[in-house]
Amino acid sequence: MGEVVSCHNEIIGVATVPTSDARCLKSLRFSENSKLNPFDALSEEILFLILDHLQSNAPAKKSFSHVCRSFYAVESRHRQAIRFFRSDLISAVISRYPFVSRVDLSLCTRVSDGALASIAGKLGPSLISIDLSRSRYFSHLGLNSLATSCASLVEINLSGAFDLDDPAAAAIGRLKNLERLWLTRCKLVTDMGLGCIAVGCRKLKLLCLKWCLGLTDLGVGLVAVKCKEIRSLDLSYTMVTKKCLPGILRLPTLEELSLVGCPGIDDEGLATLKEGCKSLQVLDMSNCQHVSDAGLSSIINGAFSMRQLILAYHSPVSYSLASSLQKFARLEAIKLDGCQITASGLMALGSSCYSLKELSLSKCSGVTDEALSFVVTKHKGLMKLDITCCRKITDFSISCITSSCASLISLKMESCSLVSKEAFCLVGERCLLLEELDITDNDIDNQGLKAISNCHNLTILKMGLCLSVDDEGIVHIGKGCPKLEELDLYRSIGITDTAIMAIAQGCPMLKSINLAYCTEVTDNALRSLSKCSKLNTLEIRGCSQISDCGLATIAEGCREIAKLDLKKCYDISDIGMVPLAHLCCSLRQLNLSYSSVTDVGLLALANTSCLQSLTILHLTGLMPKGLAVALLACGGLRKVKLNMSLKYQISQQLIIYLESRGCLFQWRDKPFQAEVDANEVWKQRSQDLVAVV
Amino acid sequence: MDLKLKGCAESSSSSQILSELARNLSPEMPFSQLSSTKPDKSESAPFTNNKFPDWDPRLMLNNLSFLEQKIHQVQDLVHSINNQDYQVSNELAAQKQLVTADLTSIIIQLISTAGSLLPCIKSFNESSQQEIFPLVESSKAAELDELTNTSDHEDVDNLLPGSYEVLQLEKEEILAPHTHFCLICGKGFKRDANLRMHMRGHGDEYKSPAALAKPLKDTDSEPNLIKRYSCPFVGCKRNKEHKKFQPLKTILCVKNHYKRSHCDKSYTCSRCKIKKFSVLADLKTHEKHCGREKWLCSCGTSFSRKDKLFGHVALFQGHTPSLPIDEGKASRELGHGDGGEAKADVGDLVFSDVDERGLFSLMNFDCYNFDASETPYCFPSSGSSGYVPGNGRA
Repeated sequence: MGEVVSCHNEIIGVATVPTSDARCLKSLRFSENSKLNPFDALSEEILFLILDHLQSNAPAKKSFSHVCRSFYAVESRHRQAIRFFRSDLISAVISRYPFVSRVDLSLCTRVSDGALASIAGKLGPSLISIDLSRSRYFSHLGLNSLATSCASLVEINLSGAFDLDDPAAAAIGRLKNLERLWLTRCKLVTDMGLGCIAVGCRKLKLLCLKWCLGLTDLGVGLVAVKCKEIRSLDLSYTMVTKKCLPGILRLPTLEELSLVGCPGIDDEGLATLKEGCKSLQVLDMSNCQHVSDAGLSSIINGAFSMRQLILAYHSPVSYSLASSLQKFARLEAIKLDGCQITASGLMALGSSCYSLKELSLSKCSGVTDEALSFVVTKHKGLMKLDITCCRKITDFSISCITSSCASLISLKMESCSLVSKEAFCLVGERCLLLEELDITDNDIDNQGLKAISNCHNLTILKMGLCLSVDDEGIVHIGKGCPKLEELDLYRSIGITDTAIMAIAQGCPMLKSINLAYCTEVTDNALRSLSKCSKLNTLEIRGCSQISDCGLATIAEGCREIAKLDLKKCYDISDIGMVPLAHLCCSLRQLNLSYSSVTDVGLLALANTSCLQSLTILHLTGLMPKGLAVALLACGGLRKVKLNMSLKYQISQQLIIYLESRGCLFQWRDKPFQAEVDANEVWKQRSQDLVAVV
Repeated sequence: MDLKLKGCAESSSSSQILSELARNLSPEMPFSQLSSTKPDKSESAPFTNNKFPDWDPRLMLNNLSFLEQKIHQVQDLVHSINNQDYQVSNELAAQKQLVTADLTSIIIQLISTAGSLLPCIKSFNESSQQEIFPLVESSKAAELDELTNTSDHEDVDNLLPGSYEVLQLEKEEILAPHTHFCLICGKGFKRDANLRMHMRGHGDEYKSPAALAKPLKDTDSEPNLIKRYSCPFVGCKRNKEHKKFQPLKTILCVKNHYKRSHCDKSYTCSRCKIKKFSVLADLKTHEKHCGREKWLCSCGTSFSRKDKLFGHVALFQGHTPSLPIDEGKASRELGHGDGGEAKADVGDLVFSDVDERGLFSLMNFDCYNFDASETPYCFPSSGSSGYVPGNGRA
């Protein structure tokens, strides 16, 4: 059977245990009686092929498994990856799927040692990957059971397991075949634990030690000595110094090295390095306060296979730095976000032998028209350009970018305040391959949007705070960009239902839409959006004309809704929660602040078993007792934002219990703001800001 | 005159030692192999006799007579010093140095006689030896130093045997807490200065500045003779009777040596209860480090420093840093089914063995008939930690 199964990378959620077993059995009994089950003629290979096609469609697979007993069995044998929303179902579900090789527990806050032991016991050597990032409450005991039973484990993600200590690391060290390991924010792990991992996991190829503050050079140095196959190493925000660098740079296959925010690394230390790593391809030295051009050039010295260099928030980018990069012929991407950059430095980037595909100058101060236009005319193959908040550039730069970089796929130019309306027409006319465009907070108008609608491949369009755009422009987008998946219309005041209808009609692939503070939007807009069945993120914060009816149509049409922001939708009440709870089974994040929902509505939401994050500030009708019951009923909650005043009205024991279940409480003491911020006020404020700049 | 006498005494004592050496070292050595070879081989000499069953006693006699000759030469030299009248002390010093060098050379020859059993060693070149004598200087002396201080003791001394005065304190003196006693009342003091201060109380004659002043070292009597100490324990290498006697430098050395080597270790470390010491200072040094993190390797080796452990682990295949046992890895085992007991935070006390699956199965939230008053959860009163839900295990 193994040969038939293609690689199932897509992970499919298991939200609930199948509840219709009884029905299933009934139908089976029926088919047994008739002695003619046509499904028996289908071989397992064929069924597997069918299931391969259903890969991306969870409900379809569920229906498939309910057809008959053999289909149910085939489906359970076919599944290779599993993602849990609730940890209480782990042992039950795992026994149904004995051949699962990839387990994702990242959505379960509380994973007990017992759950890990049951996974280890049931899956045994077939388990290849387990993701425990953001999970907690397990210890070295659970990891030990994994290490004992699952010898073929190749990948384990333990990011965010703050309470993991050295014994846990020693347990990981027993996994001899481990190749990829993430230990982000495991602050209690010390050199001793890392030493155990280094000695035990000799095949490690990827190791992420970001924020592991307990580590020093000794442990990292030992990794460099013992794990010779490492390709990717992340030491960001650790206390490492120059002492471990020579060993790391001698790793024969090191390709990616990340040293973001390492305060212990400075120019003096780097100056002692004799030669860089020849195999290094990606280097991230962002935010290293004590490293300047000199230190950087000694670490990249000899690294001629360098492809990507990330130097965000680095010391000022000068001519010497930029010219030292000229010998790297394979360099494809440079990210200089937040750096101070001189005109000569930027020019030097332009006069180099390599051909850049990606350049990021976001928030760089000192980017001028002259320098930027020089760079883009030299790097004609540029595919991604980020000039966010480069406030000195004008239409001249845009004209150069659009005329020379015809293959541009992604252009981010939020808040380029000197760029005029006409420039956006050039973008639409010349960069026809654009897939991602960020023009947030710019002076674009309907004519510009009309031009941009020529980019038929556009999938992401962010145009929040574009105050001079109205329905006419958006209608053009709806007609011209059928592949649009993400649309941000934050505070686009001129937008009404007409525009949303055009988008809903023209962009069936839409997954995410932000209509926050588009105050003219009504239920009709939601009714039309309900046709976008793939919609998973909907933000209608501050759209006060929206009511329960509109929400009901969304719930009916967009079953995949996962994130919903209903803050300051004053008319949304308990009635609206009922369809939401019954139809949107994958709802994970919900903001109901300032709405008219009460504890009754919250109780109804308990039905959506995968609700993880709930923000309920300033709900006037909320009763403490009802809230307590609702919170208890939502078993999967990870984060709840509540008013401070409620803290003392709920039983402390209950809070402790909920916290132990993995729920994080955030108590807020914000004053009640009844009115939606008037867009006019905001507009005025932003104009003042521009004037100051 | 005094000086001359001293020279005599020195040479005579040296010759005495030499003869003693000659007796002690195996007399079977063939002298023909005598040469200025590496002195470290001398140690093995007495034990390597059997390798040369065919040694020639006549050859040995030859060698010995040669040595005798050499000793006579030295004697002549000393006599000449005796007869001449030196005005310039520098010249005298030079002569004395010559004597010392000669004696050194003789000793080396003697010892290398004993140690020169290896066949590769070339025969001694008599003619060149004559010329070497006045030239044997620092290099040979250095070799001799190595020779006399073969063991790893703390006070490496560059002195030739006989060039110093050997003192030996008695056991009681060494172990006595005080070394300076008042002759009138018998009170003991650690320091002479304190004794002098004490003496003032015994009469005005002790109050004079002369009596209180630091007694000057009587440089006239023995200006150059260095004092060295011998351990009273017979058979100890530090005892003057021992054939490889190594003197101790100061009284403090004697005290520490005697206590460390020949006394009970009465001070026990209060932390580890294992280590014992006879010198209080040693205990204090140990206690500074005792109980600190011990850096353990899986092979059982322990290190006082983490970097040493990591160097060790990096060097050897298969060795792993070993975690201290008290962190619970070995002591605890995976509990039956629910591993909640592994942690001891508040949450787990409440939650530990709750069977999560069944906890809310009683409630049906699909139909809103929930009545908060008859809630199935009973939260324990504050302070109790044994929360037992309806279907949970205790």
